[in-house]
Amino acid sequence: MTHLPYIAAAYGLTVGLAVLLGTSAALRLRRARARLAAVERPARATRTNAP
Amino acid sequence: MGENETVLNATPSLAARTGNFLHRYANPGRFLRLGARLQPWLTWPAIVLSVAGIVWGLFLSPADWQQGDSVRIMYVHVPAAWLASSGYMGLAVCSLLSLVWRHPLADLAAVEIGPVGASVTAICLATGSLWGKPMWGTWWVWDARLTSVLVLFFLYLGHIALIRAFDEPQRGYRAAAILGLAGAVDLPIIKFSVQWWNTLHQPDSITLTAAPTMSTAMLWPLLVCTLGFTLGFAAILVARLRAAVMESRVRTALAMRRADPHDATREPDREPDRDLGGAVA
Repeated sequence: MTHLPYIAAAYGLTVGLAVLLGTSAALRLRRARARLAAVERPARATRTNAP
Repeated sequence: MGENETVLNATPSLAARTGNFLHRYANPGRFLRLGARLQPWLTWPAIVLSVAGIVWGLFLSPADWQQGDSVRIMYVHVPAAWLASSGYMGLAVCSLLSLVWRHPLADLAAVEIGPVGASVTAICLATGSLWGKPMWGTWWVWDARLTSVLVLFFLYLGHIALIRAFDEPQRGYRAAAILGLAGAVDLPIIKFSVQWWNTLHQPDSITLTAAPTMSTAMLWPLLVCTLGFTLGFAAILVARLRAAVMESRVRTALAMRRADPHDATREPDREPDRDLGGAVA
């Protein structure tokens, strides 16, 4: 394959950045979901225990 | 006269009707439910199509008679270029929705489109340079197409900086929306630069009005890659936007708790979200 370093660099950069963006979005979503659940839990528990 | 006035008052304007329609779908709670349902339908096809397109383009498609194997860079460069422009188009639409209708999710979407759009524009510029060096003998030329895409990259960076530059989020949203809308002027310049000026960059191989000027053996993997990357862009955007809405709810709930620590029974979901312009989930 001619010009292999250029091709490898182009694909490596694209795949690397795509994986980075995808992983960071997934981790951020998971963190946000966990924090929201933690914040909402006390309020729900208090309502359930209310007389 | 009085009758006409009654008719005018009874019939909402197109802008008002459009605003009502948009706000119905701007409800953050509804967006979270829709986004959760949409997420797997975007993510998995994006992964499958992108991997298939890359393998097809890298190993199975033919080399070009003139460019040799360097043409394989096209399968990542062209989708990145398409997403750079269409991402900014999305940013401009969000800016319009924000400025005209105060759409609560449009500002958050603009915040999230910026970094993803800047990343794909960076990929477009970098892969273009990596393609240009073996073909043109240079990494960069101040050609109209390359320069206008570089301007697009700076517009994305400017938007990212401006939207976060104010202590009061709403002011940042307004300022960035104006930049987002004004920057859309660059999009037709990018599109038509290869026709308006004598550029080193080649003219478009795929247009809506003419048959593609490339072999179908190259066209199919390019289309698969473009579809896969587009779905991937959408999947990342939806995930980021869902996270942003959740983070905004957390901030609102914590602010409410700080304001009234004894009232733990208050429902954060039903309170207006300040980052979302007061929209109720």
